[in-house]
Order: sequence, then C-alpha cells, then structure tokens
Amino acid sequence: MSKEIPSVRTYALVFVALLLLASLTTGVAYIDLGPFNTVVALAIAFIKMCLVGLFFMELLYSRGLTRIVVLAGFFWLALMVSFTLADVFSRPWIKTPGP
Amino acid sequence: MSESAATNPLAPPSAHRTSPALHHQFEELAQQYDASTFGMWVFLATEILFFGGLFTAYIMYRSMYYSGFAAGSHGLEGDFGAAMTFILLASSFTMAMSVHAAREGKRVTLIILLLVTIFLGLVFLAIKFTEYSHKWHEHMVPGLNFHPSLKALRGGPGTAVELFMCFYFFMTGLHALHMIIGIGLLSVMTILTWRGKIKRDNYDKIEVSGLYWHFVDIIWIYLFPLLYLIGGRYK
Repeated sequence: MSKEIPSVRTYALVFVALLLLASLTTGVAYIDLGPFNTVVALAIAFIKMCLVGLFFMELLYSRGLTRIVVLAGFFWLALMVSFTLADVFSRPWIKTPGP
Repeated sequence: MSESAATNPLAPPSAHRTSPALHHQFEELAQQYDASTFGMWVFLATEILFFGGLFTAYIMYRSMYYSGFAAGSHGLEGDFGAAMTFILLASSFTMAMSVHAAREGKRVTLIILLLVTIFLGLVFLAIKFTEYSHKWHEHMVPGLNFHPSLKALRGGPGTAVELFMCFYFFMTGLHALHMIIGIGLLSVMTILTWRGKIKRDNYDKIEVSGLYWHFVDIIWIYLFPLLYLIGGRYK
C-alpha cells in the first residue's frame, strides 16, 4: 500500500492506458474470435474498471475499511448473479409435468 | 481514534483542529475526510446492486435469446458508443485532476477543470440523445415505436430484439439519469468553489463528487461492450 499522494503524471499515464484499452476494445470487435469476443471485451472492461478504481478513485491509497466496503458490494452482486443464474439454468434438469 | 486517520496521506492535515470547515461531531479534519469518503463508498456499494439487478437480468435474457440480442446490438451505432466511451474516460481524467487541484488548494484550476468535466458530460448526453432520436426514427423504441420487420434487425427474432432494446433503453437511460445527477452535483461544487466555500480543509466534497462521477464512468465501461459489441462487429 503506497503512502504517496498520486501525482499528475500518474493520472496522465492511467488516462493514456484507458484510452488505449478503449481503442483495443473497439478494434478487437472487428476481428472474428468466436465466443472469445465477449471474453476479451469483458476482460478489457475489468482492467479499465480496476484502473479507474485504483487510481482515479484512489483505492490504492485508501484505508482497509473502504476496500472492505467495495469488496462487500461486489460480493453481494456475485451472490445475486450466481443464485439467479443457478435457478434459471437448473430448471430443465428436473422434468415436471407441464401444462 | 485518529490513529488510522492520521495514516491517510490524502486527508487534510490533522493539525487543523480549529478549522471552520470541521463539523462538531469530528475530532479532526482527517477523521471528517475519512467519514465522508466511507459514506460515499457505502452508497456506491448500494449503487453496484442497483445497477446489478439490471446486469443480472441482462445476463439471463442474453443467454436465453442470444441471436435476438446480437441482432439488436448490430442495430446500434458502434461509432457513437465508442465516441461516448472516449468522452467519458476523458471526463473521468479531468475529474481526477479536479480532485488533485482541490487537494492542493488551487481554486482557479479547480473551477476550470470542473467546468471541463461538466462540458464533457453534456457532450456525452448530447450524443446519447442524438442516438435515442435515431432509434426513434428507425422504429426501434419498444412499446412506443417498434416495427419488428425491419431490415436493420438483420433477421433476428423481432420479440427478442424488442427485449434487447428494452434493456438498451433502461440501462442507458438509468446511466444517463446518473450523468444528469452528476452534472448537477458538479455544478453545485463549481458554484461553491466560485464563492470560495471549498478549501484545502473541506475538499472532501470534491472528493466524494469525484467518486460518484468515476462510478458512473465504470458503469459505462461495462455498458459499452455489453450493449454495442455483442457478437463482434465484423459481420
């Protein structure tokens, strides 16, 4: 955990990286990668989110308590998504006499 | 009490115990700063779940009606989506620079950077509503103005495309609403800074506004590939 205050140089470098990643997302969409188009697009989005969160939102410099709140938010999101999908996609497993 | 706060390099100097910016319930400015940012992050955690409901439903229906979602996605204008992504990333950069200027107590720089951020947000909204008007003229607004037999849909099943457009309008609409709130928030901050109410001691107001703005940017970072780039654009 860094104790330095983020500098203008850091912000500028992160911004350039974000622009490059955004260009990459747009560029990759024009290449046929099959199902990996979505995987690559989401991976790039995740990296962009981490850059914004760690540097622009200063999570790299913030306290442990703040980070716990962020992780809790994503943990509950993971619960919501996984339980919902587990319900929907396991429905065909049991054959019920339908109408 | 102030042990953890004192280690925060971003907080205002702890020595200012008599600052007029210090509210009476806090011992020192660093503690006040920590409470502000912590509160904002708790709110943002609820916002993750607020948008998360839509994202969950999106994942579910996209896996059920993939061809319709891909056809609907190809009916959107990818160049608009990319342009909005770049503009929003630029606004996040100027927002981060605003917080930096506020932390160093540079009033004029802060006002200029806030105005640039607001301007970029307005450009984003302008493109968004241009896009909405295109969708209206292309008869792709579900419920109000939708023709399932359009060439733009490229053979995707009409009802599934309509479902995709519902997600498109709800997700981008909710995002645009957050943008409008963010622009209002930054306008208030600009006025407060203009009047000299924002100082080095209470720059946490700018800090939490920035957190909100960056959060809205992160939502768009996901909306862009999920709405505009389904199945690629190579066809």
